[in-house]
Amino acid sequence: MTAAPTVARSSASSRPALQRPIFDWLFVLAALGVVAIYVRAIYYTPIEATQGAAQKIYYLHVPAALAAYIAVSLTALTSIVYLWLHDERADRLAEASAEVGLVFLTVVLTTGPLWGHKIWGAWWAWWDMRLTLTLFLWFVVAAYLVVRGAVEDAAMRARFSAVLGILGALLIPFIHLSVYLFQARLHPMPIVLKPSEPSLPPQMLTTFLLAFLVFAVLCLAFIRVRYRVGVLRDLAAETIT
Amino acid sequence: MTARPPGTVAAAWLIARKDLAIEFRTRTAFLSSLVFAVLALCILYFAWDESIIAPADRAPGVLWVVVTFSGLLGLQRSFSIEEHDRGIDALLVAPTSREAIYLGKAIGNLLFLCAVQAVTLPALVLFYNLPVGPSLLGVAAVMLLATIGIVAVGTLFSAMAVNTRMAELLLPMLSLPFFVPVLLNAAQATTRVLAGRPAAEAWPWLRIIIAFDIVFVVACTMAFPYTLEE
Repeated sequence: MTAAPTVARSSASSRPALQRPIFDWLFVLAALGVVAIYVRAIYYTPIEATQGAAQKIYYLHVPAALAAYIAVSLTALTSIVYLWLHDERADRLAEASAEVGLVFLTVVLTTGPLWGHKIWGAWWAWWDMRLTLTLFLWFVVAAYLVVRGAVEDAAMRARFSAVLGILGALLIPFIHLSVYLFQARLHPMPIVLKPSEPSLPPQMLTTFLLAFLVFAVLCLAFIRVRYRVGVLRDLAAETIT
Repeated sequence: MTARPPGTVAAAWLIARKDLAIEFRTRTAFLSSLVFAVLALCILYFAWDESIIAPADRAPGVLWVVVTFSGLLGLQRSFSIEEHDRGIDALLVAPTSREAIYLGKAIGNLLFLCAVQAVTLPALVLFYNLPVGPSLLGVAAVMLLATIGIVAVGTLFSAMAVNTRMAELLLPMLSLPFFVPVLLNAAQATTRVLAGRPAAEAWPWLRIIIAFDIVFVVACTMAFPYTLEE
């Protein structure tokens, strides 16, 4: 249990963890970016011809999915790093990105049905691979976070969650294959009405790409904030014991 | 005394035999899993209107719901019996690899679940009026393949869950997302086998189950040592 102060010192900053702000320039930059991107999406991007204003939810839905996949992949990667190096920074990063991933996955799962209800006429479509996969990803990440909360010993918690992070990454291709086979038998031709990306009008494409960029930065900013909270929590636990 | 410690396979078999001997003497987990399975078959019979969906059509779905949840009951017990009197400590100091502990536990669980299923399947045939024929052997084969995957993941999570504050709640939450690929494919394969379709129609589904079994037996055996106390 002596690792926490070492981590605080070695995390590459000239200032100790306690003096570093939780919300810093990266977070402010991301927040401003989000405001800018929605001003652009709402006022300066044309309305899609067949879907109308409903299509604008895509500027939230799709970038949030990208952010969720970044965060969840980071959890899987840092889980492998933890089992390999037993460095508790990797564990804290895995924790931070899992929590941020769950937030973005929830955004995807909320905006998806809202859009689907308007365009497909159904809240949920099991044959939509991405939505279904996102749902099961949500379950795995939720279980991951519950496990983290249910183990008292720090080293054991880190090992358990690293194992779960890796097994979860192995599970995703199987769910993808299974659901693909399931829907392929029922729906030989999925009737997904979606804008085909390459033929997007330039203004929409630019908004999309900017939204992707902003959400990637937002995701990293959130993870950084959550990581710093983790450092402080571990420092506090260190002080108490 | 120059007795050599047993090898991995021999040690695994000893551990499986120990677990089954405990179970054979008390029979509590077996009986409760069994009664649960048969009871669930009956309850699920009344959950649909039989004039709308014929019982034989729902049988595959019912079978896999029941197999999953009765399986969880058996898996729960796997490591909780070691917590009493800290039996797990004795296993850990035994001169055997931790992989052998996992394999032993998994083999014990596999035989336990197969024993429960050996009663569940005839009960399903009885209550849902399924035709008795060679297709039931096909269903049994699908059940065996799927149970290997369920046990591989479930045994590992059972070991993790006993070390947490809410073991009973955590095991289903951890396991069920991992059971999804197995159950989905097993239910689809069972539907085709029971309908007497040629085996080639069930093969695409079985293929995924077999791949799942291989990947997760290997991955969980490798991961198991990390779930034990050091």
